[in-house]
Amino acid sequence: MDFIRIRFLTMLAYRINYYSGILIYSLNIGVNYFTWMAIYGNGDSLGGFTATQMTSYVAVSWMARAFYFNNLDREISTDIRDGSIAIQFIRPYNYVLVKMMQGLGEGMFRFLLFMIPGMAIAMLLFPVQLPTAPSAWAGFLVMLFFSFLINSQINIITGLSAFFVENNEGMMRMKRVIVDLFSGLIVPISLFPDWLSSILKVLPFQAITYLPGSVFTGRVQGVGIWNVLGIQIVWFLALLIPIVWLYHAARQRLFVQGG
Amino acid sequence: MKSRLTYRADFWVEVISDLLFQATNFIFILVIFMHTDSLGGWNQNEVVFVYGFFMVPFGVFSCFVNLWGFSERYIVKGEMDRILTRPAHNLFQIFLENVDPPALMGSFIGIIIMAISGSNLGLPFEWWTIPALIILTLSAVAIYTGIYTTLTSLSFYSDAPTGILPLMYNIQTYGRYPVTIYNRAIQVLLTWIIPFAFVGVYPAALFLQREEMTNLALLTPVVGAIFLGIGLLAWSYGVRRYKGAGS
Repeated sequence: MDFIRIRFLTMLAYRINYYSGILIYSLNIGVNYFTWMAIYGNGDSLGGFTATQMTSYVAVSWMARAFYFNNLDREISTDIRDGSIAIQFIRPYNYVLVKMMQGLGEGMFRFLLFMIPGMAIAMLLFPVQLPTAPSAWAGFLVMLFFSFLINSQINIITGLSAFFVENNEGMMRMKRVIVDLFSGLIVPISLFPDWLSSILKVLPFQAITYLPGSVFTGRVQGVGIWNVLGIQIVWFLALLIPIVWLYHAARQRLFVQGG
Repeated sequence: MKSRLTYRADFWVEVISDLLFQATNFIFILVIFMHTDSLGGWNQNEVVFVYGFFMVPFGVFSCFVNLWGFSERYIVKGEMDRILTRPAHNLFQIFLENVDPPALMGSFIGIIIMAISGSNLGLPFEWWTIPALIILTLSAVAIYTGIYTTLTSLSFYSDAPTGILPLMYNIQTYGRYPVTIYNRAIQVLLTWIIPFAFVGVYPAALFLQREEMTNLALLTPVVGAIFLGIGLLAWSYGVRRYKGAGS
């Protein structure tokens, strides 16, 4: 718990990042909004999204990104490269769990001070339609939390790979691009050509942005919501396996290198 | 430079990850045009051409001007002190220390994309095409350098490792689309405040013979000079304020 709190306070200290962040996220939403409106032209519906749903989807998915985004991969690989991970491993707590908590602290900061005001600005500027039912909100918050977990898990896997690859800078960059595109942040998955979207359906990325966004914009309703949550939980559990394995392999390797 | 080439595997990983980044943007354009015929009056070949142009200066910029991690490496770890004791200009030294040849691959692919989409469009190849391409590329590189140098010199004032650069990374890609589809405020922002439209759509419009943007295209070198000037001023002002790392 303390790790969450400390990270929260650290984030609070970097104020320039915070103000510029809000501006830039609003700009991202704006640009995406106008791009989509130009694509819609006179059409009513694209890939099952109406123009209003698309606007809300764009706003919600960028704001969700504000919450789940973190740089755990970079932090972990820096720890590995400068060797400070050795000390972290001796300490009486689980390294991966600590990183996760720190990520959560960062996420909470961004949620309270970034996502909520950002969403307010977006609603003023663009015709965003949010659901009114409290159950939709509760469901969305739970799904958002799973988005965070899954994204952080992917980050941790990328970060820990620095143990085995000499330089994982390229991997981290690739991961960032892949997550943004394949999670449905830039293009909703239902707009991709069929062969690509059927591949993406069996990958974890859609659980980060696309599925929660679909629920929140009202495209998926009723039983579908439980399916979405189910997919997220399955991916959360499935991604634990490589993490545990990498973590143990990493400890072993550290032991060999350290003598 | 040589030390970079010794890690051959790294070199290829970087080339591939760069290309993948470009490919994802490309996929975005292709997906868009699966659902519509024109984007604000521009057809697919034109938008692809703009993207191809955008890749050329971006590759040159990423190769020679690499300010990623400046604040961690030079300010937090104190390497700036070492730079300042040498006679050559400090910014120039930093650029030289971080040259990144794999990035140039993007420029070559950009030229190929321009050639293919240009011939699809039946664009004429005039005597001024190549000189104009070189001048506009250099101006666009100057704009990038100016913007990123300005932002990086913020790290002289603030202790916080600036997270603005990665955020900017998203914004710069927006200059590739026909900016006329955005509303006035965003157009002004992308044209005059952070002029990323001048590294993509405006100069490319010159080759595409889009008359509404020709004047802006011809302004590119001027904007490049102005923003490079601002960047250098902000930088030298920042260096003067710099007091060295803690110890």
